Amino acid sequence: MSTLAERPVNPKVGLEVSHESAPLHVTGAALYTDDLAVRMSGVLTAWPVQAPHAHARITRLDVEPAYAVPGVVRVLTAADVPGVNDAGVKHDEPLFGDEVMFYGHAVCYVLGESDEAARRGAEAVVVAYEPLPSILTLHEAIEAESFQGHQRTLSRGDAEAGLAGAAHRFSGELELGGQEHFYLETHAALAHVDEGGQVFVQSSTQHPSETQEIVAHVLGLASHAVTVQCLRMGGGFGGKEMQPHGFAAVAALGAVLTGRPVRLRLNRTQDLTMSGKRHPFHASWEVGFDAENRLCGLRATLTSDGGWSLDLSEPVLARALCHVDNAYWVPDIEVLGRVAKTNKTSQTAFRGFGGPQGMIVVEDILGRCAPLLGVSAEELRRTNLYLPGQATPYGQPVRHAERLRDIWQILLERSDFATRTAEVEAFNAAHLHTKRGLAITPVKFGISFNLTAFNQAGALVHVYKDGSVLINHGGTEMGQGLHTKMIQVAATALGVPLSHVRLAPTRTDKVPNTSATAASSGADLNGGAIRNACEQIRERLADVAARHLNIHPNDVRFVDGVVTGIGFHDREIAWSELTQAAYFQRVSLWAAGFYRTEGLHWDAERMQGEPFKYFAYGASVSEVEVDGFTGTYRTRRVDIVHDVGDSLSPLIDVGQIEGGFVQGAGWLTLEELRWDTTDGPHRGRLSTQSASTYKLPSFSEMPEDFRVHLFERATESGVVYGSKAVGEPPLMLAFSVREALRQAAAAFGPGGMEVDLGSPATPEAVYWAVEAARSGRAEPALATSAASEAYAAGEHSGAVATEHAVSESASTSPSLAQA
Amino acid sequence: MAVPTVDAPAGVPDDAASEVTVAPSIVVNGRERRLGEVGGHVTLLDWLRTEGLTGSKEGCAEGECGACAVMVLRPDSSIDGATGPGASTWVSINACLAPAAALDGQEVRTAEGLGRPDALHPVQREMADRGGSQCGYCTPGFVCSMAAEYYRAGRSPVVDGQEPAHEHGPNGFDLHALSGNLCRCTGYRPIRDAAYALGAPDDDDALLARTRTAAPAPRPTRTSSPLGSFVRPASLDEALALLAAEPDARLLAGSTDWGVELNLRHSRTRLTVALDRLPELRTLAETDEAFEIGASLTLSEVERGLDGRVPLLAELFPQFASRLIRNAATFGGNLGTASPIGDSMPVLLALDARLVLASAAGERTVGLADYFTGYRASVRRPDELIRTVVVPKPLAPLVGFHKIAKRRFDDISSVSVAFALTLDGPSTGSGSVVAQARIGLGGVAATPVRALMAEQALVGRPFTAEGVAEAAEALGSEGTPLDDHRASARYRRAMLRQSLLKLVEESR
Repeated sequence: MSTLAERPVNPKVGLEVSHESAPLHVTGAALYTDDLAVRMSGVLTAWPVQAPHAHARITRLDVEPAYAVPGVVRVLTAADVPGVNDAGVKHDEPLFGDEVMFYGHAVCYVLGESDEAARRGAEAVVVAYEPLPSILTLHEAIEAESFQGHQRTLSRGDAEAGLAGAAHRFSGELELGGQEHFYLETHAALAHVDEGGQVFVQSSTQHPSETQEIVAHVLGLASHAVTVQCLRMGGGFGGKEMQPHGFAAVAALGAVLTGRPVRLRLNRTQDLTMSGKRHPFHASWEVGFDAENRLCGLRATLTSDGGWSLDLSEPVLARALCHVDNAYWVPDIEVLGRVAKTNKTSQTAFRGFGGPQGMIVVEDILGRCAPLLGVSAEELRRTNLYLPGQATPYGQPVRHAERLRDIWQILLERSDFATRTAEVEAFNAAHLHTKRGLAITPVKFGISFNLTAFNQAGALVHVYKDGSVLINHGGTEMGQGLHTKMIQVAATALGVPLSHVRLAPTRTDKVPNTSATAASSGADLNGGAIRNACEQIRERLADVAARHLNIHPNDVRFVDGVVTGIGFHDREIAWSELTQAAYFQRVSLWAAGFYRTEGLHWDAERMQGEPFKYFAYGASVSEVEVDGFTGTYRTRRVDIVHDVGDSLSPLIDVGQIEGGFVQGAGWLTLEELRWDTTDGPHRGRLSTQSASTYKLPSFSEMPEDFRVHLFERATESGVVYGSKAVGEPPLMLAFSVREALRQAAAAFGPGGMEVDLGSPATPEAVYWAVEAARSGRAEPALATSAASEAYAAGEHSGAVATEHAVSESASTSPSLAQA
Repeated sequence: MAVPTVDAPAGVPDDAASEVTVAPSIVVNGRERRLGEVGGHVTLLDWLRTEGLTGSKEGCAEGECGACAVMVLRPDSSIDGATGPGASTWVSINACLAPAAALDGQEVRTAEGLGRPDALHPVQREMADRGGSQCGYCTPGFVCSMAAEYYRAGRSPVVDGQEPAHEHGPNGFDLHALSGNLCRCTGYRPIRDAAYALGAPDDDDALLARTRTAAPAPRPTRTSSPLGSFVRPASLDEALALLAAEPDARLLAGSTDWGVELNLRHSRTRLTVALDRLPELRTLAETDEAFEIGASLTLSEVERGLDGRVPLLAELFPQFASRLIRNAATFGGNLGTASPIGDSMPVLLALDARLVLASAAGERTVGLADYFTGYRASVRRPDELIRTVVVPKPLAPLVGFHKIAKRRFDDISSVSVAFALTLDGPSTGSGSVVAQARIGLGGVAATPVRALMAEQALVGRPFTAEGVAEAAEALGSEGTPLDDHRASARYRRAMLRQSLLKLVEESR
């Protein structure tokens, strides 16, 4: 038995193959959940009735007028729920509530013979509301002390002492907007009832097992009476980890009550106004540097905007706290985290899962402080990178920390950083109205679910008599290429050509109790399980082959569909002959595989332990050009060096890196969620509730010159075929775009000055940063309002608040004070 | 479909002027399919999907994401038939915006009709092999937009050793062809690589061969559903008679605005009248006095037809929405909705354009500055349609169009500013003085407006940063910009000021 990381001769992993569904994608033949509805007869459409209040009590719900609309078949309300009326796992998300918790909250659903009938029916439902006071912004929530879930503190050493002994001290605040997933396929479910009352739900879900559980508890059924299938998703990005469950439950409830198939597909506006997003965050911080510009103390409070219910807000916050250090050693540190409760959609998982919101805090600190410390941002970052032997604030050794500096050095060379820094300076000296910026930032990202139990997976592998292979695993395909990698893993483990392996859709009746395809762990976990199943089969086949070849089973080799012995090649048996022979010898040709990640431990209360199997590393260099008249900019070139271990599938991995980078750049520079926070009649309404108002990156935002390099000789021991997770980490490579914009804005001013850049750094935000630089002063970031004072006082000791006030008194700028 | 019935519109008698003898149908992927009772409300996308052609996807239902993009065959010129019979061209449009009925008699090609999984089209091959698809949901739309550009007659590779034009591939591929398609997975690089790797279509390529013969002519259409009727009149006279009888009728050109109303706001209308293929509205002429642009030409057709002869319009087109939208949208539609943020209006105001309004009672000409009366309101009577946009000569020699938006491709302006200036003295440099100025603004008021104060402050001043300072301040105080999700009022005002300074800088 080889180790998990070891690759056999001529492996199929590592080959540059395109997405297993690519020919279906490009011809429109690939099917998504709602495409299946067309292929079924008698399907009803479900349409939500959405409340026009941020917070209100429902005083009357009259569904009768809907039944007067021709084509309306049924209206679903709380009274119809036979089981538990809840769409979540925390039991704080009524599927049909009597209280409206956010603008657009679904009150009930109308089932109609067509979209038009269901939509008209929904328009006919009469609802009376008693409006209630609402909390929308993080500042409002903090002032009102509206929090939910656990508050956690991550600490090591003595932050107070670390700050007290610092040669340079600064403090500041940072406010981060959320992000809409904007998967191109909106939430969708299609349910029908099979014979025997078996409920079959097709769902666009990253977490079929949890969708199954919630459908079952809503219907009052046992899990074995509900099967959930996901063919593929048109994008997930975390948005379909928790949020699909309620929609699937509504479709299933409708199917059970009417006996007809029911489809529920949100249109874009419904999806934007009903489903959760990346958590907005507020951070306040104090930092200290020693005389050599090394971080010596950090104290921060992170408050996330969780929306109306908990959903995944607690684990998102935990990951944010675990990533405040990003790639830097901070000896004395104390970070408080808490989740605000607001009258907004319930914010949820989104690629990075709080990691980006934690990491940007330290990147913002370094970007703002570098000019005040009189060093380049590149040098300040490099100075503070982890060294081998150091551990994270939660006590996990930073294994392979040397890779950070290796990657940094390789990237400086590949990007020609020194030469281009000089070129940028020369360009800026020669141009009054246009300036360029060049910045480098690192990524260190922990891989594994923080919650240890989720780090398990199952698979089912069938070998048929003719030698063809069908694999099934618990992971879902949302475009990240998981299925492609799993086919490569199975072909490698069995020693057969890729064409022998076919992958069947993800279904809960094939592999039970699966974890969400999330936390970048899909390939690690499911790959481990598939490999385990394949090795069971291969061992049995090795016995058969050994008898045939008259050799020891340990000496049997499976390569490219040919089975032979070690060291001699004149005798061999074809794979398909072997599988036939095995059948006739009554040897089982299928196996269930299982995998659990070894070596994990996490104490969620103390925020200590080793929650991650390993860290993924990377770094990026971005160059931007800013127009001083307008604040508009272009990303001229991006260089990336990223550590994916030994890549399972290079084309797929490069795709994840580039796509993650552009999505991260979207969050940091362009994508802006705006809610109506006035006291007007539409308070709480999402103003950016369509593709015309919520802008995600298009071709005009892609780096004009985009160079991605996979870090070489990077075998990750203890992971399937030596690979590393790649889904989330690249998103945070986009920090270099924001930092390059900061430097370009600074170039409009006299230098040596902090540049505070609004987030997202839209052209408008960049323009104000440029204006501030031009006028030789820093733009006031956040006025110290009552709310932000409450931050300081809220959970920290009084001494901290005093300290805060002291450090603000001797200021170089209102937002950033040097003591 | 079981929905309330609506009485047939009075203006659509069975014995209408045009004889509709053919049941409405569309040729999709080479096969004729009956439209059925679609009326005016079923979009091409919804109809295709109910026909089982689910390759085309709904991503946004408002023409922003392109997941629904399909190809249609159009006459290959700005004016129907002007290049003689024969030439046609594949163009990509958003199927989510167009009523299916508007495509009656036309030829549509979807991703399913380009190739099969085991026999990929060259565009599909490049996309599949280069990692151009991840989740695959946007992919059929990308494939259609890319295929339309693949077949574009004017696309030719750069000569060896020469640099391609900005945002063009070495194969002549114009990246703007994909400006209306969004992908959330790839970050676009592999899609661009796929586009730039395309060769020329083979001579025996069936879709290329199809472009050598004429596109289907428009045909009179009449279809009703319980929700309302759709009529494509055969002639301008018939259209005007219909409007006179049915003042509530919804006039339709490219449906890029109405499609959004249909989908997002669930607007419904008893009668839709399609004007987009009326020959009288599809002429383009240049006389000694003016350019006369038919109101129902698509913006892409006007762009090709003018070929840079009106430089300010040439600046506008690449910044106007996306190629998918420009392949459908018309000046008539843009002016008909009178939206204050439409990008054509500031430009046409700066060009001092006039509109020819036609009704059964006759025609009249209105200056664009006098056309708007309020938010989405104009002097156009319900029985009138916009026939022609007249851009008078001579054109001002110094022009600029500044669109301020979050995103460079396919975004709605926060503010837009169009300049048309005439200078005395040298055309550039400190010796020149502004002789005449017309400035059109969008996004600063309930209607598009002229920046009259700034124009006044400019005339007679040197065209230098110092000389225009006062006018820039005046420009910054024009209108009443709002705070909204696109931009703050403060930024909008700053951008108005900056636009003039930027124009001076760019003219140096």
